Amino acid sequence: MTERVGVYVCHCGSNIAGTVDVVDVANWAEEKLAHLGVVVAREYKFMCSSLGQELIEKDIKELGLTRVVVAACSPHLHEKTFRTAAKNAGLNPYLVELASIREQVSWVHTDKAVATAKAKAVISGAVSRVIRNEALDELKVPINPNTMVVGGGIAGIQSALEIANAGFHVYLVEREPSIGGHMAQFDKTFPTLDCSACILTPRMVEAGTHPNITLLTWSEVVNVAGYVGNFHVTVKKKARFVNEELCTGCGICEEKCPKKVIDDVFEAGLGYRKAVYTPFAQAVPKFPVMDKENCTYFQKGTCKACEKFCPTGAIDFTQEDQLLHIDVGNIILATGYDLFDARQVSNYGYGRLPNVFTSIEFERLSNAAGPTNGTIVMRDGKSTPKSVGIIHCVGSRDKNFNNYCSVICCMQGLKFAHLVHERTGATVYNFYIDMRTAYKAYDEFYQRVLEEGTLFVRGKVAEVTDAARYSNEKGKLIIQVEDTLAGKQRRIPVDMVILSAGLQPRYDAKDVGKLFGISCSTDGWFTEKHPKLDPVATMTEGIYIAGCAQGPKDIPSSVAQGAAASARVLDKILQKEVALEPVRASIDKDSCSGCRICNGLCPFNAISFIEDDHVSDINPALCQGCGTCVAACPAGAISGTGFSDEQIMAQIDGLLMKNLEPEIA
Amino acid sequence: MTEQFEPTIIGFTCNWCSYRAADLAGTARMKYAPNVRLIRMMCSGRLDPTFVLRALSGGADGVMVTGCHPGECHYIEQNYKALRRFLLLQRVLVGMGIEPQRVKLVWASAAEGAKFAAETTAFVEEIRALGPLNWGKADDVPQTADDIQAAIEQGVDQKEAVS
Repeated sequence: MTERVGVYVCHCGSNIAGTVDVVDVANWAEEKLAHLGVVVAREYKFMCSSLGQELIEKDIKELGLTRVVVAACSPHLHEKTFRTAAKNAGLNPYLVELASIREQVSWVHTDKAVATAKAKAVISGAVSRVIRNEALDELKVPINPNTMVVGGGIAGIQSALEIANAGFHVYLVEREPSIGGHMAQFDKTFPTLDCSACILTPRMVEAGTHPNITLLTWSEVVNVAGYVGNFHVTVKKKARFVNEELCTGCGICEEKCPKKVIDDVFEAGLGYRKAVYTPFAQAVPKFPVMDKENCTYFQKGTCKACEKFCPTGAIDFTQEDQLLHIDVGNIILATGYDLFDARQVSNYGYGRLPNVFTSIEFERLSNAAGPTNGTIVMRDGKSTPKSVGIIHCVGSRDKNFNNYCSVICCMQGLKFAHLVHERTGATVYNFYIDMRTAYKAYDEFYQRVLEEGTLFVRGKVAEVTDAARYSNEKGKLIIQVEDTLAGKQRRIPVDMVILSAGLQPRYDAKDVGKLFGISCSTDGWFTEKHPKLDPVATMTEGIYIAGCAQGPKDIPSSVAQGAAASARVLDKILQKEVALEPVRASIDKDSCSGCRICNGLCPFNAISFIEDDHVSDINPALCQGCGTCVAACPAGAISGTGFSDEQIMAQIDGLLMKNLEPEIA
Repeated sequence: MTEQFEPTIIGFTCNWCSYRAADLAGTARMKYAPNVRLIRMMCSGRLDPTFVLRALSGGADGVMVTGCHPGECHYIEQNYKALRRFLLLQRVLVGMGIEPQRVKLVWASAAEGAKFAAETTAFVEEIRALGPLNWGKADDVPQTADDIQAAIEQGVDQKEAVS
């Protein structure tokens, strides 16, 4: 039977029609591709509009089309639209092909004649291919209603709570001993100056006590298998050496532990913790963890003070890491960010000049629950600074480090200025390149800080030094900067410098991305499915991203993304089953010689060997449709639906115009 | 003045990376040489080497194979299989008397629209310098493994000279 093909060429306004002669292309297709079955070729201003779709549906019904080619934008944009239109008209959606003549032709070429010729070739390829397409049915698989959220910062907590409140179970996995993330370290949040702990800890408690949330802290995901709806995740629950069943969180072990350790994580190196500890008073869960590296018993074999004093006998030195196998339907990654290491900007002297602080150090310094109880003091621990310089864009918007804007540092710098001013009365300088205070009530905060008398110098700081040139610089840190508004060089002596360091992807973001099968942008942030229209989904179905793992953002945006990712997951859960692309490989048992070459090629273990029949077999639920085995089979026994050898060969011939009838001169 | 030779090139792209890179080049309106016509596959691992031979025998002067960067394959590791096949295919091409540099392997992630455009334009120039594809004459064809290796290395040198 000859197929009856309809070709539809979209103008896309002037996006395509401006560079491609769409009328010529349609006429050419109707005439030159008629022998392949093209019975109609039309051009229309916007094929994706409802009128455009109706045009196709009408032709399918009235002209009895059996195949459709839409020459328009990339299939990643509108393939679904036209497949649905075909389905509505009673045609199997997989009998529709998109020929991309916008992204790959009109937008990237300028010569109209050349672009028109290329558009014809692309359509010719699509027509040759579509007549070899097969009608396919989507594969339906059930969705496991449980969800895993990786990362217990504010974005992850929000995600977990939204799903748990909707009545579905969530596994919240956190690498640190407590959930809370970076937000737990802050004192105040901009622009409202809400106490960070006051607004965060109720959420942490809610997540910790929620009947639908299983909290897995001090745990890491080590393996992910399966696919959307049916992920099999292996979580390593690190040994706490504290029995969670028995521990009441009374804190006596921490009190009695004789070993003091500098807390590099939560206190940013400014404070101490014990070898058995909870990172902060409101930690959730309340169970402490034991730091094996620093515990006197583990290192020297004696001590056990914690065990002696524990009233419930919860200390367990024999505990071992556990591997938990958890099945979930969807996964949200909210793994957050790392702070840019300010040591890399050596001219700012962090790590060399004692009174240069990083933003996180200042957060702890100004935190009422921090090592100084909120007193802003210099590195000696007692003197109050009389003048403070806050340097913006440290490690951000800098070609030597990170090219991007870290979004939060301007507002963070303003917040610091306010806190210093309020608590010490010191003179505060802000050194900025551009002041970025977008979003609600942010610029008003900037104005408030201006009115409070903070001084602003526009210019990128060249150097922070302790080499005094003048008498008023003695014993001070001198900030060398070009004031680009006044047009002159300045040397500003201050007592204390705060570096508003930027945000960077987690040091292991690439590995984590690989583990979950998603990619990172060139900067290292997780890549979203669409930068504007699908910011929390990823290219891998069933894996969502939220918070700073996707890119630098402030708390409100992280919370919004956490909630958004949950909405996407809930949508999947409520559908109960998911339709998988039927692009799958299958083996023709009669042609299979049983050579087993394909067996080792499949990364998803979808291919098994049936000893009795001496042939290989593919499990369609495990097959992801990459087609590697199809290409490898020496007997040609494996075929890939949607991407068969015949289809691709035909498309090659079509693109090369080998499918045209020879011209008779 | 003779008319400039315009090669015809078939490009195989991966649905997850390089096809999206091509989309991104389009969205960003980056201009590149119009000589390449793309085929979308789910993975560079789908590339059956006979597709390349079909394209060359059907009139293409060059073939560009693109996939995800090593370690970034959407299907974990299938781009490595594409790499293996590419290296073998080069030897086969030499044995058939075809310059091995007529087939190019490019890694391009979904974020690398600019790279995709630049690599495409560069490849078109490389093929333009080689001229139209002429199937090798029997006595020109290297016979031993060493000769084939030498031909591949020479091809690489020539490519560097062009770019």
